[in-house]
Amino acid sequence: MSNLSSAERSTAPASPLLSVKQLRVDLPVAKGTLHAVRGIDFHVERGEMLCLVGESGCGKSMTSLALMGLLPRKAQINADCLNFDGVDLLTVSERERSNLRGSRMAMIFQEPMTALNPAYTLGNQLCEALRRHQRVSRKAAHDRAVYLLERVGISAATERMRQYPHQLSGGLRQRVMIAMALMCEPDLIIADEPTTALDVTIQAQILHLLRDLQQEFGTAIIFITHDLGVVARIADRVAVMYAGEVIETASAQALFHAPSHPYTQGLLRCIPTPGKTLPGSRLQAIPGVVPSLIDKVEGCAFCNRCDQADQRCHTTPPLQTVAGGHLSRCHFAHQLANPATINAQEVTL
Amino acid sequence: MANILSPQVAVEQPLVTTWQSRLLRSTLNNRSLAIGLLIITSLGIVALLAPWLAPHDPYLQNTANRMVPPIWHETGSWTHPLGTDRLGRDYLSRLIYGTRISLFIGIVVALISGLIGTTLGVLAGYFGGRVDAVVSYLLTTRLAMPVVLVALAMASLIGGSMLTVTLLLGLLLWDRFAVVARSATQQLRDAEYVQAARALGCPLHYILLREVLPNIAGALIVVATLEVANAILLEATLSFLGMGVQPPSPSWGLMIAEGKAYMFFQPWVITIPGSALFVLVLAINLLGDGLRDLSAPGGRNE
Amino acid sequence: MSSAAIPRDPLALELCALSKTFTLGGGMLHKSRSLQAVKDVSLRVPHGQVMGLVGESGCGKSTLAKMLLGLTKPSGGDVLINGKAIVNANQKALARHIQPIFQDPYSSLNPRQRIAQIVGLPLRIHAIGTAKEQAVKVEEMLDMVGLPKRAAQQYPGQMSGGQRQRVAIARALIMRPDLVICDEPTSALDVSVQAQILNLLLDLKDEFGLTYLFISHDLAVVEHLADRLAVMYLGRIVEEGTREQIFTAPRHPYTQALLASALTPEPGLGVPDIGLGAGQPDPSRPPSGCAFHPRCPMAQPECAQQAPALSALDQNNQGRVACHFA
Repeated sequence: MSNLSSAERSTAPASPLLSVKQLRVDLPVAKGTLHAVRGIDFHVERGEMLCLVGESGCGKSMTSLALMGLLPRKAQINADCLNFDGVDLLTVSERERSNLRGSRMAMIFQEPMTALNPAYTLGNQLCEALRRHQRVSRKAAHDRAVYLLERVGISAATERMRQYPHQLSGGLRQRVMIAMALMCEPDLIIADEPTTALDVTIQAQILHLLRDLQQEFGTAIIFITHDLGVVARIADRVAVMYAGEVIETASAQALFHAPSHPYTQGLLRCIPTPGKTLPGSRLQAIPGVVPSLIDKVEGCAFCNRCDQADQRCHTTPPLQTVAGGHLSRCHFAHQLANPATINAQEVTL
Repeated sequence: MANILSPQVAVEQPLVTTWQSRLLRSTLNNRSLAIGLLIITSLGIVALLAPWLAPHDPYLQNTANRMVPPIWHETGSWTHPLGTDRLGRDYLSRLIYGTRISLFIGIVVALISGLIGTTLGVLAGYFGGRVDAVVSYLLTTRLAMPVVLVALAMASLIGGSMLTVTLLLGLLLWDRFAVVARSATQQLRDAEYVQAARALGCPLHYILLREVLPNIAGALIVVATLEVANAILLEATLSFLGMGVQPPSPSWGLMIAEGKAYMFFQPWVITIPGSALFVLVLAINLLGDGLRDLSAPGGRNE
Repeated sequence: MSSAAIPRDPLALELCALSKTFTLGGGMLHKSRSLQAVKDVSLRVPHGQVMGLVGESGCGKSTLAKMLLGLTKPSGGDVLINGKAIVNANQKALARHIQPIFQDPYSSLNPRQRIAQIVGLPLRIHAIGTAKEQAVKVEEMLDMVGLPKRAAQQYPGQMSGGQRQRVAIARALIMRPDLVICDEPTSALDVSVQAQILNLLLDLKDEFGLTYLFISHDLAVVEHLADRLAVMYLGRIVEEGTREQIFTAPRHPYTQALLASALTPEPGLGVPDIGLGAGQPDPSRPPSGCAFHPRCPMAQPECAQQAPALSALDQNNQGRVACHFA
């Protein structure tokens, strides 16, 4: 398998590392079928940091689990294309999939305590992560684990190898998770809200570390978060999700300076930003709630909360190209992208 | 716009369905719960309507008509569909009246032990510290006592009767209630709604009865069904050993005891009350299983 | 309830050297250890102000909130609400002046009670008005927090996180307390809902003349709401001052690190290297001297020996900082 994929890698260097087209995830629930992911398209280039951003229930975690093949068995996955470096993830066997997991794709979870096995030492788990996939000696695995622990900023790494997960603080555990994800030098790491449970100072340190390591090892990262501040600081590209769809994709610069979907604009307006929002003033909240994804959503999913919606929004908007690499799923994308129009609106308001 | 707003309406949809209809639907979806409930309800009706359902007086002896075999035997007759015992009493009537004894003892024992166990468990879980230490001590003491031996000894001291058996078992079977109530309360003690009630100055009884108890009730009901089954079996055991319900009461355990001399030549005197006991206890356990699935967090989506 | 005719103490809340020590373990096989969750905290909050309280998890901010609410007894020091000590006050009397809004809208409402019961509980417990008057008040309160009438008959499980937090706010405010302890009221909510709740809190503060103690780890939210700010580290206040002081000229190295690690949505700035070590402190084994010295980039030998006092920056008590080099 590794031969095949390296051959693929050499023949098609220009193709993206991961490409996803029309991915759908349906989950049977008590009241019907939950359409958790409703036909999303995105791709990840080699060595890039793609942020999937959205609120709870928007399908971002389901997407990551679908990519890793970790969805519950009763979930149904459909896609036109789910291609990881030449391997079709839809048809891959369970055996190949688990070979892929850990060796070429790794995952970092929000709560490292649930992802680390409390019954084994850190050294055990780190070495196991490598030796499961590669024929290396115990000594070599140990040396790599110590090197990576030091690299992620853990002092006295050799002693730490003998410790159990509960002996570490939350920040250190997440560093160990990062080291474990890097053991096999994967091409892609999926990080699902890895810093949400951490304190702000620790979060900044972990993000800094992750960005450093990513550049050093050339790993692509899909970083899933709800925090726009984090997105702005670490992302190369951003995909904004709402109600199971990707509604806007753009480079970080373009997304924050010229958001072209009313939802993205609303999100950016409603967080207090020092220097932009006056302290004590009222924030511009997005009214209403996210639609239920149990029934079929007709037209644009955001239109019941959107102040721009009109008759056209009864129909599902296509993904429109606003600028190079900047896509928005809104009928008014071009108007919204044009700052002149926005300014005019603000004046009339 | 109506079309577009439909997803919004869908969010509000569950508000229309009442908890009764949801309960009904989940009961029907859960096979073991439905079967258990069906059997227990029918046996409950049989117990309630015993005087009208029983073809004969269960205490009426007829020495001329002893050991009549049940209907599936060549010599059986429809006058005594399940035959008669060694004193010529109608077996079906005794079985029907026996349902009353089993269900009464099972339910009353579960109520008494539930009251004791829940009180101790909730207090231990809520207060922790010294109260918890005392309750834990009581609990270990209780767990160190073999139930059957203690009940036998006490019954032989006081004299066996339905009342003694009920009280004895009620005082002995509270341990599981206490364990479950304690751990469930410990989890709830720091729940923010309990904190909010405390911050409001709610009296202790309000917090325990209105905030804590309704939220641990699900777990306790599961324990209660299991204890009902347990108590019914223990009553049969004690009656079989002669220290429980006394003759001529038609307790199923006593019926088995009275039939044991005939076991090899007329096995039905044992198999009929034995099967009745088996079906009742099985039904209660099915019900308990079903309730546990219903109250388990992951079980709702299945 | 608290009418304007009665002259009020200028301070809604005053903490004097408040401390709390917990005893850990102490079973048959373990030696008991003590954990000083809150150490010698003094704070003054005038009426109508929002006092922000920030710090990392385990810094003692939640223990502090519990002591103010009368849920945990302080080991030492005093809490004064409207100038009256509360340490041995009746919980009911206290409840009329101070109410909490908790973080998790999923665990702060009893799932077995209807919204009308939950919001009306304070009135029933304190026997305010007849059942009919209580029902009217509940309806008014629900309207004030932006919930529809029919919400009164729903159960918490039928509501979204934002709606539940509105219910929790209604319950906290129905008796018109003077002081509300907001313990991370928006950190469990989505950002679009967070804005709705923050707006509501600001509106209600103006409407009822409330005083907030606003506990949060989100500095952008605190900066938006708070008039003054106190920064806690391992049970102590390390810096306190007005919003402008703290955000424009932080004096304590920990405050500086906190501000540096707040990530504003400005692309291209990257993630700052805040220069703290990888270790997180263990509250049950606090470092000697200044508790922050093992992580402090400016630490000197004397920091490990002597704990700096929280001293005023100027005579007007406009700001206080606990650092040898501030």
